[in-house]
Amino acid sequence: MKKDEVPQDLGSLGKITKEVCYVTDEQGNYTTELSKGWEVKTNALDVTWDDIEYKVAAAKEKVLKLEASPLLFFLEKNVMNIGILSSYTGFFKWQIKRHLKPQVFEKLSINKLNKYAKVFNVTVDELKTMEVHDQ
Amino acid sequence: MINNFQHEQAAHCESGVTRNLLKSIGVNQITEPLAFGMGSGLFFAYLPFIKINNGPAIAFRNMPGIIFKRTCNSLGIKVTRKKFSSKEEAQKLLDEKLGEGYAVGCQVGVYYLPYFPKEYRFHFNAHNLVVFGKKDGKYVISDPIMEHETYMTPYELERVRFAKGALAPKGQLYFAEQKHTITNETIKQAIRKGVKRNVFDMLTIPGPFAGVKGIAFTGRKIKKWRDKLGLHKAGLYLAQVVRMQEEIGTGGGGFRYIYGAFLQEANAYFHKDELMRLSDEFTRAGDLWRNAAVQASGIYKGRLGSQEDFNLMGDYLLEISEIEKQAFKDLSKINWQ
Repeated sequence: MKKDEVPQDLGSLGKITKEVCYVTDEQGNYTTELSKGWEVKTNALDVTWDDIEYKVAAAKEKVLKLEASPLLFFLEKNVMNIGILSSYTGFFKWQIKRHLKPQVFEKLSINKLNKYAKVFNVTVDELKTMEVHDQ
Repeated sequence: MINNFQHEQAAHCESGVTRNLLKSIGVNQITEPLAFGMGSGLFFAYLPFIKINNGPAIAFRNMPGIIFKRTCNSLGIKVTRKKFSSKEEAQKLLDEKLGEGYAVGCQVGVYYLPYFPKEYRFHFNAHNLVVFGKKDGKYVISDPIMEHETYMTPYELERVRFAKGALAPKGQLYFAEQKHTITNETIKQAIRKGVKRNVFDMLTIPGPFAGVKGIAFTGRKIKKWRDKLGLHKAGLYLAQVVRMQEEIGTGGGGFRYIYGAFLQEANAYFHKDELMRLSDEFTRAGDLWRNAAVQASGIYKGRLGSQEDFNLMGDYLLEISEIEKQAFKDLSKINWQ
């Protein structure tokens, strides 16, 4: 990539920091140039987040239909999978799979709910109601 | 504050951390591209049976931690690296080493990094930064992808050092011991060693998924994604490839440009025209990777979507595979004397 061809399409990162790109100058020698972002990768990030938001909305729907416990909603919202949640909470994967059932979730002890709430950075009330204000 | 540490921005986190840590112990010759090349950072692997964030697991660089280790080893610099099971111990040793005047590298997860934009927060645990002081109860952080130094509270730092999931950092910290001056001869040795290892990684590593073979393998797979996954999911897969290739920390073109810069800098030590020519080849490969990214974006934006479009996308990778194969073959034949 040539120095004067470095894209400067402001992306979400560009608002916080520019990034270093390795580029060639007129003589073909390598140098660096700062970039505010590139539309191609901003789009890649956008479609990825669209997909995550779609999954969050689908999860919420399932919880409201009592097909899953609110854990599913927070799992998707935090871009986690059961494996990651298991290592953050210390619960086994099979336990989390059980807790994903609304009937089981309802009977969880306050201790266990607290563990989940802490990892998801919400209160136990918010955990139960899915009503969270975006951080 | 450690006076001899200077925050300096870099393209790639680990190569940048390596350069900045080496500078803090008085080794000033190692630039970011040299660190990347000596550490044999360039790579490609596609693991079709593993999923990351529901997408393909693709890497354009080597295992995290290996660049710092190899570069320091090649230069004869002693490295200390430690993982922890206890958070208290992890902070204690960090504080101790800061007190002794060391700048300390840490492997961290980016999900809870307070200064990262929300859009960049994924459970990615192979990020690297340097802690080089404490001010008003906060740690002073040099994150190589940031233009300026930043700060984290002890709790924030603990949270990213003990991020969970794949490649969990387990509080991992590392630093370079003080060292005598580095001669040009040592640097030349380190460059040769780095190139040799990289040739092996890209040309002769066994299995179909890694190295230049892996690039061609991925190209052939991509052509089948449209039928196999459907247009929507195939688009998401391609978006993930582009993110791995172009996102912060790559220097653009899936690290191929940094490698081109490395070969040019190697030429300053060896004066071989062949190195300049091969640098151009990696620039060409990087440009093609970026063209492929533009093609991919056409697909995930919904502007393109025919099988023809996927074929073209796959063909880019087949072409890149050939260019990089030839370039590494030529690199293996260089007469370094």
